Amino acid sequence: MTDTAPTPSAHQPAGPPSAEPRHFWRMFAIWIVLSAILDPLFYFLVGPHVPPGTMTSSAAENQLDFNILFVIALPVILAVWVYLGYSIIMWRASRKDAPEPVGGEAARTNLRVQTAWITVTSVIVLFLAGFGTYELIQNYGAGGGQGPNPIWKPTASHILPVQVIGQQWKFTYRYPTYGGFETQQLILPADTTIAFHVTSLDVIHSFWAYQLSIKADANPQVDNVAYTTTRQLGRFTVRCSELCGLWHGAMYNFGQVVPKAQFDSWARQTELTTAANTRLLPPFAWTYVPDANGAGGGYYNNTVDPYSPSEVYGARQPAS
Amino acid sequence: MTISAERESEVAYPDPTPPHAGGIQGWTSRPGWLSQHLGTAIVGAVAGYLIGHWLGNVIASGYNYVANSGVNAIANTGGLLLGALGWLIGIGALNYPLAKMVGMEPAPEQETTSWTRYFRYTADHKVVGLQYVIGVLLFLFTGGLLAMAIRTELLSPTSHVFGPGTYISIVSEHGTMMMMMATSAVVGPLGNWLVPIMIGARRTAFPRIEAFSFWIFSAGYLVILTALPYGGFPTGWTGYAPLQTQASGGMMSYLVGFALIGSGMMAAGFNLAVTIVNYRAPGMTWSRVPIFVWSILATCALLTLATPTLVAAGLFGILDHTAQTAFYVNEHGGSSYLWENLFWFFGHPEVYIMALPGFGIVGEILPVFTRKPLFAYKVAAAGMVGVALLSFFVWQHHLFQSGINPDMRPLFMLTTELISIPTGFIFLVGMGTLYKAKIRFEVPMLFALALFFNFLIGGVTGVFLSDVPVNVTVHGGFFVLSHFHYTIMGGLIFALFGGLYFWLPKMTGKTMNKKLGQIHFWMMFIFFNLTFFPMFIIGLLGQPRRVFEYQQNLQALNDFSSVSAFILGSSFLVFIANFAWSIFIKPTPAPPNPWNSLGLEWQTASPVPYYNFERIPVVLTDPYRYGEEGAPPVADLGEELVGAGAGPRAGTSTGETSATSAE
Amino acid sequence: MSFGGRLSTFLVLLAVAVGAAVYAVVTFLTPNPQVVDFTGAQAVGAPVDLTVQTVGAIGFGKHPTWVSYLVKDPGGQWIHSTVWKVPAHTRINVTVEQYDSGSPLRNQQWGLVQGTTGGTASLNGTTFSVYNSYDANGVGHTFAIPTIGLNVPLVGVDPNATNTCGAAPCTTNYVHNVMRFSFTSPGPGEYPWQCFVPCGLGFLYGNGGPMSTINYMGGFLDVAA
Repeated sequence: MTDTAPTPSAHQPAGPPSAEPRHFWRMFAIWIVLSAILDPLFYFLVGPHVPPGTMTSSAAENQLDFNILFVIALPVILAVWVYLGYSIIMWRASRKDAPEPVGGEAARTNLRVQTAWITVTSVIVLFLAGFGTYELIQNYGAGGGQGPNPIWKPTASHILPVQVIGQQWKFTYRYPTYGGFETQQLILPADTTIAFHVTSLDVIHSFWAYQLSIKADANPQVDNVAYTTTRQLGRFTVRCSELCGLWHGAMYNFGQVVPKAQFDSWARQTELTTAANTRLLPPFAWTYVPDANGAGGGYYNNTVDPYSPSEVYGARQPAS
Repeated sequence: MTISAERESEVAYPDPTPPHAGGIQGWTSRPGWLSQHLGTAIVGAVAGYLIGHWLGNVIASGYNYVANSGVNAIANTGGLLLGALGWLIGIGALNYPLAKMVGMEPAPEQETTSWTRYFRYTADHKVVGLQYVIGVLLFLFTGGLLAMAIRTELLSPTSHVFGPGTYISIVSEHGTMMMMMATSAVVGPLGNWLVPIMIGARRTAFPRIEAFSFWIFSAGYLVILTALPYGGFPTGWTGYAPLQTQASGGMMSYLVGFALIGSGMMAAGFNLAVTIVNYRAPGMTWSRVPIFVWSILATCALLTLATPTLVAAGLFGILDHTAQTAFYVNEHGGSSYLWENLFWFFGHPEVYIMALPGFGIVGEILPVFTRKPLFAYKVAAAGMVGVALLSFFVWQHHLFQSGINPDMRPLFMLTTELISIPTGFIFLVGMGTLYKAKIRFEVPMLFALALFFNFLIGGVTGVFLSDVPVNVTVHGGFFVLSHFHYTIMGGLIFALFGGLYFWLPKMTGKTMNKKLGQIHFWMMFIFFNLTFFPMFIIGLLGQPRRVFEYQQNLQALNDFSSVSAFILGSSFLVFIANFAWSIFIKPTPAPPNPWNSLGLEWQTASPVPYYNFERIPVVLTDPYRYGEEGAPPVADLGEELVGAGAGPRAGTSTGETSATSAE
Repeated sequence: MSFGGRLSTFLVLLAVAVGAAVYAVVTFLTPNPQVVDFTGAQAVGAPVDLTVQTVGAIGFGKHPTWVSYLVKDPGGQWIHSTVWKVPAHTRINVTVEQYDSGSPLRNQQWGLVQGTTGGTASLNGTTFSVYNSYDANGVGHTFAIPTIGLNVPLVGVDPNATNTCGAAPCTTNYVHNVMRFSFTSPGPGEYPWQCFVPCGLGFLYGNGGPMSTINYMGGFLDVAA
């Protein structure tokens, strides 16, 4: 970045340059030293601990992405800071024998500097956009909600679908491949590709499984799909990250990634223990039509069956 | 090109007849308390509110959903809308159009120097500008107090000062007030006051529309305040539906308030855009227009083109609440995505409505205190126009995780990152101007330099947010919250205060205390960063926005941020003390050109005459020809040939004041 | 105006501004419900009896049409409050007098009794663990503390009964259901509790108004050390 700073030769009128220090090279030296020290320090010391960690494939990739961005951003920040600091010290009016600045065309515009600036910023920006796109696609949407028709789908042969139902003010979860039982616990098997199908029964929520690096808004009647592959065992936090009313701040729970066998036995067990209630639940569907009216007399004057299955968005029944 | 040649080529001066404020003969021209002023506006507002509320109850109290819920949105809306109308009637905004409609000829506005003109509907853009100064500061400090309440609640992760509903109301009110204020923070006070003088005009193109923009802006302030007694609203400033449709209480204040503010924004933007295009003095070519005027022009384009979307979206929301339409309710044929898209289609250009004027202010301050010309002026102007254009193509980056069609995501990632190129030009301009300069650290310059520090952090973190994979973690959390405080507060508000310290001596003819200004700056700068920088880390560690409960392990960082915020808040008390003392209580007269600037606004007399210039100036050059031998003065003011260029060396900082026509 | 005049004008304006801010905070920003304290009423470690009622319309106050909870304080008085202070790690025996009618649940998941002692609750003396909200009069409310996983459906009364209670506090002369359950209070802290039945009449999804306002269908279990 610093090489885009105005070079001394560009501004100096013809004259003896010997008395003038070589500002550009000084700044460049400070900048390169700082960058060379701080960038590796960040990357190797802080980088591995950068959220959201490495619990899933999307978390690990997003952490890498953050670190790459940071390693590029830090020198940019340093370049400006070094330049500002240097200018403030070197060119303050209160210093001894501060010369009068020289105006004129050379001080107003400098094609070389301007071209260099635009070129460098454009190259950085285009690289970042390209890199981000690559990460997004090869990471199957990077854990973000892709809506009802995901275009970057994982190729794993076995994908566990988990439905996340947002409602004011709690997430509940349905496991369609285990008879569609519903639970308040989010338990996931390790080393498995998971497809989260996020939907809502009322206002917009956002399902944010922090350590899994999953974030997908829950909209009523929308099946918002996000993918990741679990890698490590452990607990993770689920929070709502879209303001959803009174208890938004209390809308969280903790989930757990457990070994595959343990997950399977938990799921089968829960399927049995909740069977009485599962029979009463509406048949599993990817989205549900919430009754916009609520219990009894509602805002709108018509009635829609509460929690009825819907066919919108080409709902597919899961293979059980 | 000689001065006389320019002078001769000039056509006749425009008719110096004063603009009509809208007074009806023998009514507003009547002196004293018999005429229309703030007091009659308040009476009108109260009367209008009561009528509207009563009417709403008459119409709708029997409706099923009103009777069930016990909440009558129709009465609330009617009260607020008629209240705003009463406010405008009371101040006299409708006198002129109504008089014209019935064939009466309104009397021209009386030239006056009475202090009461600040409480009236006036066509003098300088009075409107100062009215805006007070209005914007009132808005800012009210929102600031709410921010203090937010930080008080977040002192503890689990025990609560406010109830959760009250807390969300405070958060929503803070966000909404600050966003409303920020849309007009610079365009209102400085744009209205400075632009006509900077381009050598005697008034703005539509003085009544200008006055209208202020009085509807202030009506918006009062309306959004009513959200609190109504019980607040739970949606935050983004007002996402269908939560918006579900909410009651202060929700109508939000929708009506934003509609009023939006009308004011459109009016202000329209007036200033037309003024800049059509009212430039002879010789004020596009390459001589001050960079601040460029920034206002780009902002005006956004104000007039983006804001209608907000007003329309708000109208849909009002209809959903009052007429039971279902624009935003999926189950009845609407879409919860509709508000998100409409809101951000306005909302992202709005971000640049807030950023661009700040760049303009800094672009004006830097040359004065570096004694150098503005570097890369054309790039800066092009950058501002580029930002304005691109800002219409980035809004979906707010919706990366919302479940909209994913194949647009790479495109919006690209456009969002592209916009950082023209935005970055302000750094090219700033750094180039600082090169081999002679930097005087006056208070305005400190604020200008701080903008570069803050906005750099804000801008770079914006690139993180635009990256879809990283966005998964940082979206909707404290990271993005910190990011936009760094750009809006660290950028716009710092620039606004820099601009106020810079131009208030000209606007009011009074000198601000330098010592207090420096204390204000250092408190604000240090504790701004100590407040908001930890929030990046808080956000990365997983704290979502707008929550009243958070993880125990984040308490230390939150407390640090809160305590810093309290000191940041108190820094504004220093400003209030300085402002009140130096401008109002014990004023010290300011010289006409205290900073020794070459800008045209400094060359006219002080106090600035009613018509700004005795004669329309003929602009000879751009206002940045510092450090240049034999540079011409910025303009021929029609009197003896004086100006910065008259000295042996133009605009040097050695203390000799440049001559002005006023001396 | 003289110097003194300007100074006093400024001070008056300042006082007005400060007064307005204080007034706003006191009036609009801190109306927390009254805390009903159950910590001193019995011996340490002894179970706490908590008796509450739900009414279809509170009948008084700012929102007379809103559905609400009331609680019987240790002195036996019905209080309109939803912030209840109980000791930590103590068995809480809850009795709910349900005077409100019901409907099918939006999410039948909340018909499942969870987090109570024994995983059951009783309806007029009959123990159950799952309640079919499509049955009979449906579910009027649920008492749920989501952060500790507690949820009990409160079964609605017959809406066609002749003696439905119209205004709080209701007495047992009116048609009602008695629900009983127990749970163990968690460690110290403020635990939000809420209802999962969209019972806010006249609001979209039934979750506005009383559902979104503390002291009606939501509150805190304030667990003291």
